[in-house]
Amino acid sequence: MELIEAIILSVLAASTPLLLAATGELVAERSGVLNLGVEGMMIVGAACGFGGAWLTGSIIIGALCGMLAGVLMSLLFAAMALGLAVNQVATGLALTIFGVGLSGLIGAGFVGERITPAPHLQIPFVTDIPLIGRILFGEDGFVYLSLALVAAVWWFLYRTRAGLILRACGDNHVSAHALGYPVLKIRMYAVMFGGACAGLAGAYLPLAYTPFFIPGMTAGRGWIALALTVFASWLPGRLVIGAYLFGAVTILQLHAQGAGIGIPSQFMSSLPYLATVIVLVLLSRARTGGSTAPAALGTVFVPDR
Amino acid sequence: MRDTTSAAPRTSATPLLQTVGLTKRYGSFLANDKIDLDVWSQQIHALLGENGAGKSTLVKTIYGLVQPSEGELRWEGQTMVLSGPSQARARGIGMVFQHFSLFDNLTVAENVALGLDGKESFREMSARLEQVSRSYGLPLDPKREVWRLSVGERQRIEIVRALMQNPRFLILDEPTAVLTPQEADQLFVVLERLKSEGRAILYISHKLEEVKRLCDTATILRGGKKVSTCNPKAETAASLARMMVGTEIKEVKPAASRKITVPRLVINDLNLEPDDAHGVRLKGISLELRGGEILGIAGVAGNGQDELFAALSGERLASDPGTIVIEGIAAGHLSISRRRKLGAAFVPEERLGHGTAPRMRLSENALLTGHAAGNMVQHGFVNTAATLNAVDRATETFDVRKAKRDPEAASLSGGNLQKFIVGREILRNPAVLVVSQPTWGVDAGAAAVIRQALLDLAAGGAAVLVTSQDLDELIEISDRIAVMFHGHLSASLPTAEASREKLGLLMGGSSLETKEQAHAADT
Repeated sequence: MELIEAIILSVLAASTPLLLAATGELVAERSGVLNLGVEGMMIVGAACGFGGAWLTGSIIIGALCGMLAGVLMSLLFAAMALGLAVNQVATGLALTIFGVGLSGLIGAGFVGERITPAPHLQIPFVTDIPLIGRILFGEDGFVYLSLALVAAVWWFLYRTRAGLILRACGDNHVSAHALGYPVLKIRMYAVMFGGACAGLAGAYLPLAYTPFFIPGMTAGRGWIALALTVFASWLPGRLVIGAYLFGAVTILQLHAQGAGIGIPSQFMSSLPYLATVIVLVLLSRARTGGSTAPAALGTVFVPDR
Repeated sequence: MRDTTSAAPRTSATPLLQTVGLTKRYGSFLANDKIDLDVWSQQIHALLGENGAGKSTLVKTIYGLVQPSEGELRWEGQTMVLSGPSQARARGIGMVFQHFSLFDNLTVAENVALGLDGKESFREMSARLEQVSRSYGLPLDPKREVWRLSVGERQRIEIVRALMQNPRFLILDEPTAVLTPQEADQLFVVLERLKSEGRAILYISHKLEEVKRLCDTATILRGGKKVSTCNPKAETAASLARMMVGTEIKEVKPAASRKITVPRLVINDLNLEPDDAHGVRLKGISLELRGGEILGIAGVAGNGQDELFAALSGERLASDPGTIVIEGIAAGHLSISRRRKLGAAFVPEERLGHGTAPRMRLSENALLTGHAAGNMVQHGFVNTAATLNAVDRATETFDVRKAKRDPEAASLSGGNLQKFIVGREILRNPAVLVVSQPTWGVDAGAAAVIRQALLDLAAGGAAVLVTSQDLDELIEISDRIAVMFHGHLSASLPTAEASREKLGLLMGGSSLETKEQAHAADT
């Protein structure tokens, strides 16, 4: 019982950064922008988030620093991919490579330092309920925040006019422009939101997951978040399922190794990507028309005036 | 400039909308040159002109999408500056786009909501949408996604969306280009009603007969300048065309007598499953086309014409080789190049991306379809002189206008590129030519050249299969016309017997059913 509780707790913790980053990327992709720089924005967010928290002693300021760093990185992407209409794939990949290097530089002074990690929720009696108490009412604030964020994004996309306009930009930017919507501006906001989420996801790692910073500590989570948006077929609800599934795979892999089960860890770490490929195949076979992906995803838009 | 202004009565002291000396410059190119236009309430005002005459730029300016370089817009006599479409909409200007500005993955109601300014709740808007669409006889299901709808239904969304704003001034950009004659008639009823409600309509069309029937006033543009404003009912289609083109359009002349020879293209009961979700299944298509003959295939887009073209060209292979016979040889299983070697040539509908590789030079594009037959490749090496020679011959024979000898395909205008593509195939002297939408989006002068070339090719003994949305074109050049509907091909009618009404009924699928019933009664 103890073991199962421990596993579930660690799965939730491992899934949270994936969910945060993927939620941001989902919004950006729904507006038609493919930002492959998630990994880069996350790692810079991790370095800045840890730095902020270490200097001020405040987890919240650390988280804000991480988000700000992510936004600044995403603005760099927006300037290139939206402002100068550079190929989005190339720009995103460059952003990741840049981010990995930059985070090493920023974080060089903090390596080996420790902070007090983000506190966990503690409601007297409720949190002490056996089994479900700690799982439901004993998480750190980021876990609850990530779930609230998904709900908010769902509400925004499907229940607000602004969300409808954002989806319209991702479906057909020429039409959106013809109707008078500022496509590039909307996409810039979407990319900035994606940057803030990726930065927060990155900051979660040194602020709550492990209380220290090491270079390269995102370890490919940004790429899993990208796969996750596809896996979720750009639907916020499925994002939650996917994130916990992918989180579970990464944790089970550790436990499997610990228990001496003879599955190569490399195979386990490839599972999220394998699952994404399978989901893509299933989706394309099941659909009878239309497209699940935002139709304008990854295409450059230059308005004529 | 002559100005025989309209005979239609003026409904107010000042025009609802005026453009005064409106000029739009793109670099050194003048898209609109000092255009004066007066549009009155309760009138349907036609805007005529060839491609590139500046019609689209002018209406985009009126809709606030494009900022004028000089001159001004006036609304009820007052100067009006529009910084964007939402301001135009606020004034009461609505627009129905030629290329639909719809979002395929959103629902009808969401699409309509995006065209409005969002002052009412989504639920109120949906209710009003149902009410407006019902009262104008334009039925729509608000919850359906656009990709599930037919072209006619999609246009209905555009029109209803414009009507929801209760516009005083409505711009329609070639609304009938994609409609069957019957659907177009329904649209005219709606337009007449809008006019009687006191609205002004600016109507862009290439179809001059339609303009004569519907419009009170016509303004003709050529090369960015206004040529004339006239009463279209007092003009003939020929005189309107002359003003549009600036010169007399050459009559297309069929050869006095054409020898009908052996069957060169035969299709035997061709069935083909679609290769993607949006495709149409071809069902039991049969036809026989002899040398010297031109067969026209009419039909609303998306009824299997693309699939038939793919099956004939070899882009899709038939399961049974005998279903397609080219020059007496079963070819259903043969590749595109093998079919070309048999003497077939193909001109697809889409000029850029299908007919040519846009970023490749014309000579390279000539090689792409010419390598299978001819001397363009020798011992595996490209004979550059031969490819350039092919470009020069097409340029000369078909008057292809281009900036240099061998430019990229994408740099040519649509009409010139189409002349090049048709010329490239015709100059190979094919025995069978399959051509889809030969003059789509091509101006009247170039269209006449292309149609004449098809007639001449048939006169030389080739079999020509033409698919087109343009009934007038098919009636002008074909010997027989068949209609595609839902993947079926009707029996062909001799052109003399193929009235527009008859073809229109077939295009709507109505007489097919009676035919099937007749079949059922026979057996």
